[in-house]
Amino acid sequence: MRFSGLRVLRQGLTGNKGWTPHWRDPEPKAEYDAIIIGGGGHGLSTAYYLAKEHGMTNIAVLEKGYLGGGNVGRNTTIVRANYFLPGNSEFYSHSLKLWEGLEQDLNYNVMHSQRGVINLFHSDGQRDAFARRGNAMINQGDDAELLDVAGVRRLLPYLDFENARFPIYGGLLHRRGGTARHDAVAWGYARGADQRGVDLIQQCEVTGIDIENGKVTGVQTTRGAIKAKKVGIVVAGRSGQVAAMAGMRLPIESHVLQAFVSEGLKPVIDHVVSFGMGHFYISQSDKGGLVFGGDLDFYASYASRGNMPMMEHVMEAGMTLMPMIGKSKVLRSWGGIMDMTPDGSPIIDKTETDGLFIDCGWCYGGFKAVPGSGFSFAHLMATGNHHAPAAKFRLDRFSTGKGLMDEEGTGAQHNLH
Amino acid sequence: MRIDCPLCGPRDRREFYYQGEAVALARPDPEAGDAAWENYVHLRENPTGERRDLWHHEGGCGAWLVVTRNTTTHEVFKVELATDVKRSMA
Repeated sequence: MRFSGLRVLRQGLTGNKGWTPHWRDPEPKAEYDAIIIGGGGHGLSTAYYLAKEHGMTNIAVLEKGYLGGGNVGRNTTIVRANYFLPGNSEFYSHSLKLWEGLEQDLNYNVMHSQRGVINLFHSDGQRDAFARRGNAMINQGDDAELLDVAGVRRLLPYLDFENARFPIYGGLLHRRGGTARHDAVAWGYARGADQRGVDLIQQCEVTGIDIENGKVTGVQTTRGAIKAKKVGIVVAGRSGQVAAMAGMRLPIESHVLQAFVSEGLKPVIDHVVSFGMGHFYISQSDKGGLVFGGDLDFYASYASRGNMPMMEHVMEAGMTLMPMIGKSKVLRSWGGIMDMTPDGSPIIDKTETDGLFIDCGWCYGGFKAVPGSGFSFAHLMATGNHHAPAAKFRLDRFSTGKGLMDEEGTGAQHNLH
Repeated sequence: MRIDCPLCGPRDRREFYYQGEAVALARPDPEAGDAAWENYVHLRENPTGERRDLWHHEGGCGAWLVVTRNTTTHEVFKVELATDVKRSMA
């Protein structure tokens, strides 16, 4: 079934009785050419690109819960390509280009909205750093504009510009950045993969990874053993547990990151605004809710919920930046499990086990990477070679010290990102 | 989350700095080799459930603490002075 405006109109006039399920609910086969562990955004996009770009259709995605039930269904939906360091810069640039063609490619409305991302700065030193970042983005072929305070005022008149501690000096505007409807991204990729023959198997938890003579031969699951010569681990916050099934320890510690949504309001915030000094960022969903968040709680956690100190910190930062939001009520908050690497950058690589691949370490920035990560991981799994834009996301960069990508410049150490 | 400092009593989490998994209690020998150091500096067990962290009571007595807690419920089981733990390992 293809979606079109005409179809939506016709269905609307005839009682919406003609819509069909977006994907099948198949029984697992005994063997596949490749298995993806994890039916989140990255796993589903990997399956989609394996089928579409590499013709691998005899593959399965194994998901212990339901599709898109993890971080892809509980993030703050920001899409951008404003990274600074080589390695990250070309990867997110590639991912943003995929975003820009995604709805046509998937024939699915992911509500991608390039409303612009503005990073505010509050001192001369920060202005220099953002000018440098903007130049790096332009050199990468992406867009960046350095706004002075009058430029920010034109776009964001509601900020507290004269704040005593953090007066606003300007901002770095990335016009092609924006937001997307997070669930739709997972659903669109799932539908696209299913249409190409990929088996999406839900309620199927992987309980073991079978390895013989250094080669992967399949997985054990709650729905029986499944054979495959290629297995990709794409399980975000649970990477440590799944990698342990293959006898691996990872440079990852899982932390909790909270986010918040207010009650629905009339349109008031037109962009994604990021207030780095206060660890606060905000946008407004199409439904009207203010979607905002801050920093990690900064302790290892799998609880999917945070604690009050960070909640208060985020609210205070929001009130510091834009006091007008103080009258809106917070509707809900949640915590996601972030697979934090020591340098804050991700991993897309082979492992020491032949045929076993891993895509993890997306820290708190995985959503924007969903298309790029799937594309590059599919390339690696299908061809055995690293895809150029993701070639620096190496697992061994911590042991060798070569090619660390520490965007924040705080050091490649756990608990600093 | 509250942490019951052995010297100061139960205090709010805000008073404490989180250092990470309590690997520093078993620092490898300087000549232990690359693999041992990689294991110590970067690789982590990252368990669900019970684990031991190092926390610093920077807003209180300044002691380094070994906190045994549950990562899925945030329950704190045990808080010990790092010096005591280290001594008992010797």
